Amino acid sequence: MKTVYLDNNATTRVAPEVVDAMQPFFGEFYGNPSSMHYFGGQVARHVEAARARVANLIGADPSEIVFTSCGTESDNAAILGAVEALGPAARIITTRVEHQAVLAPCRHLKEQGYDVVEIDVDNAGQVDMAALRAALHKSPCLVTVMWANNETGTVFPLEEIARLTQAAGAVLHTDAVQTVGKIPVDVGSIPVDMLSLSGHKLHAPKGVGVLYVRRGTKVRPLLLGGHQEHGRRAGTENVPYIVGLGKACELAAAGLDAERTRVAALRDRLEAGILERTTGTLVNGDRKNRLPNTTNVSFQYIEGEAILYHLSDVGIAASSGSACTSGSLDVSHVLRAMGVPRDYAQGSIRFSLSRYNTAAEIDYVLAQLPPVVTRLRDLSPFVE
Amino acid sequence: MWDYTERVMDHFRNPRNVGKIENPDGVGEVGSLACGDALKLMFKLDDDGRIADVKFQTFGCASAIASSSALTEIVKGMTVDEAEQVTNQDIAEFLGGLPDQKLHCSVMGREALEAAIQNYRTGETSKAVLEGEVICNCFGVTREEIERVVRENDLKTVDEITNYTKAGGGCGACKPNLQSIVDAYREETLRAAEKAKPRKMTFLEKIHRIEDTIEQEIRPLLKADGGDIELVDVDGDRVQVSFRGMCAQCNVAQFTLKDVVEAKLHEFVSDDIAVEEVKA
Repeated sequence: MKTVYLDNNATTRVAPEVVDAMQPFFGEFYGNPSSMHYFGGQVARHVEAARARVANLIGADPSEIVFTSCGTESDNAAILGAVEALGPAARIITTRVEHQAVLAPCRHLKEQGYDVVEIDVDNAGQVDMAALRAALHKSPCLVTVMWANNETGTVFPLEEIARLTQAAGAVLHTDAVQTVGKIPVDVGSIPVDMLSLSGHKLHAPKGVGVLYVRRGTKVRPLLLGGHQEHGRRAGTENVPYIVGLGKACELAAAGLDAERTRVAALRDRLEAGILERTTGTLVNGDRKNRLPNTTNVSFQYIEGEAILYHLSDVGIAASSGSACTSGSLDVSHVLRAMGVPRDYAQGSIRFSLSRYNTAAEIDYVLAQLPPVVTRLRDLSPFVE
Repeated sequence: MWDYTERVMDHFRNPRNVGKIENPDGVGEVGSLACGDALKLMFKLDDDGRIADVKFQTFGCASAIASSSALTEIVKGMTVDEAEQVTNQDIAEFLGGLPDQKLHCSVMGREALEAAIQNYRTGETSKAVLEGEVICNCFGVTREEIERVVRENDLKTVDEITNYTKAGGGCGACKPNLQSIVDAYREETLRAAEKAKPRKMTFLEKIHRIEDTIEQEIRPLLKADGGDIELVDVDGDRVQVSFRGMCAQCNVAQFTLKDVVEAKLHEFVSDDIAVEEVKA
């Protein structure tokens, strides 16, 4: 069966170059980078080379890169670690559309008695800057906002937010898991204090992430028990995956232009094609400020899981924010926060592309999708 | 992906009896866009009062579509009285089972059927009427409906109520109320069991009851944790059992022995029973 993978915001294919780069570290280079012998030392050099490649992609200094096990760990370490350093009077400011890896620790802190503020978004999923500004009155503050949204691709004005938090003396963390590798990210010009990224969203394997911590930012480590990562994250380094992530970051840096041009053009072709071939269709998100690879479209009066299963039957992989697929019984919290009407929200489908997609694949989806929509609308009691 | 059976996928891919009927004898509508699924069911009777034609339209996920399709296949050819006896378990069984979190799809089918039958008998359309106290505001589920589903499916936890009715699956504010409904139902069944407990029974009856209680009440609980139990011997009121599976190595098996095994046997057989474990 033909397969078309358009769920790259969920996870990506590991680049073949990354697999090749990792291979020796499952074999002859098995030393512990902390060891005081050549066996470990030669491995440590590769870990440091990977660190430099990650730093280069986001404009950081290598000493500011902390390797973790995943994006979720990075988010948790940043939020819980910074708040512990700020003390019990800290206010935590976040948005209603964050990933659960951010929302859950924030809500955990709220239960512990911390002052937690969740900022609203508008219909395009864009953050309410006035509300954010107003929430910043109190110090000490941790602001944790995503750089780009995983469901809609909406990109927040991070530069403006960073200037605000800097002026207010607040600590700024950004979940950039969906952003790094898709659009330019430069912590040299945008003064965020901490930034999370995840390997498997940019063609490295699952099980490795990064927390960038700007020099001077106070964060208590989440994991204790070793001096690794300059005492910021205990635990023997996951060497093969770190090396793989380094390679993936190198490829991402070289591929940023292609994301902006070729991938964006494929996405636009898909989106325009869907709007042209179907009725009762809406695009969710801020189309002016959006990741180049993501489109989130809603089909009125039909339900997302049913659409996904029919697409899956013809080899197309996508995802949905409908109640039946969100793991809860309600529509995704992102679409709810945006106020997407219920008759559309249940039928939302996210297509997220990568550099491996082709125009022929997009045309295949455009041929397969409209009959699925018609078929389910024929079943729907809401369509006359 | 959900662990759907082949039968579910077949009825989702090739739904039977889709559409509408001209001048139907009964029409039932349940659910809404806000709820995430909705079903409109209609039927027409033949001269013998049997359901000659039945059609549905569904907005919802794969299992909602499959449950609706299954329902129409089940009731076709039935009299209205027969159709009235169809339960949500019948729908789930017809499909070879549904994932726990999708059982509400089978309940929606039963509700639509009931609404259609009521419409046939009284001419009323119950769609807009939410009768009684609404417990879950997110999904508009009433106390009456929840209590009925708890009773019919012998539900023991709040999570199960959510799986079957969606109640509690939104903001979660009604969960304490759901807990009290479960508690009240357990209380009720306990009292009923108390009453049903015979004053005098022959030794043979007692052994049968012990076996039945282990089979129906105790084993499912242990199996949920990967364990199992075997009845070794009965001597008067002394019941000897042996743990199997995870229970055999479990540190808290002694608590299970008293708090689960003995408690259940007290509940369903006799208060005089003492349970002891014999190692296999």
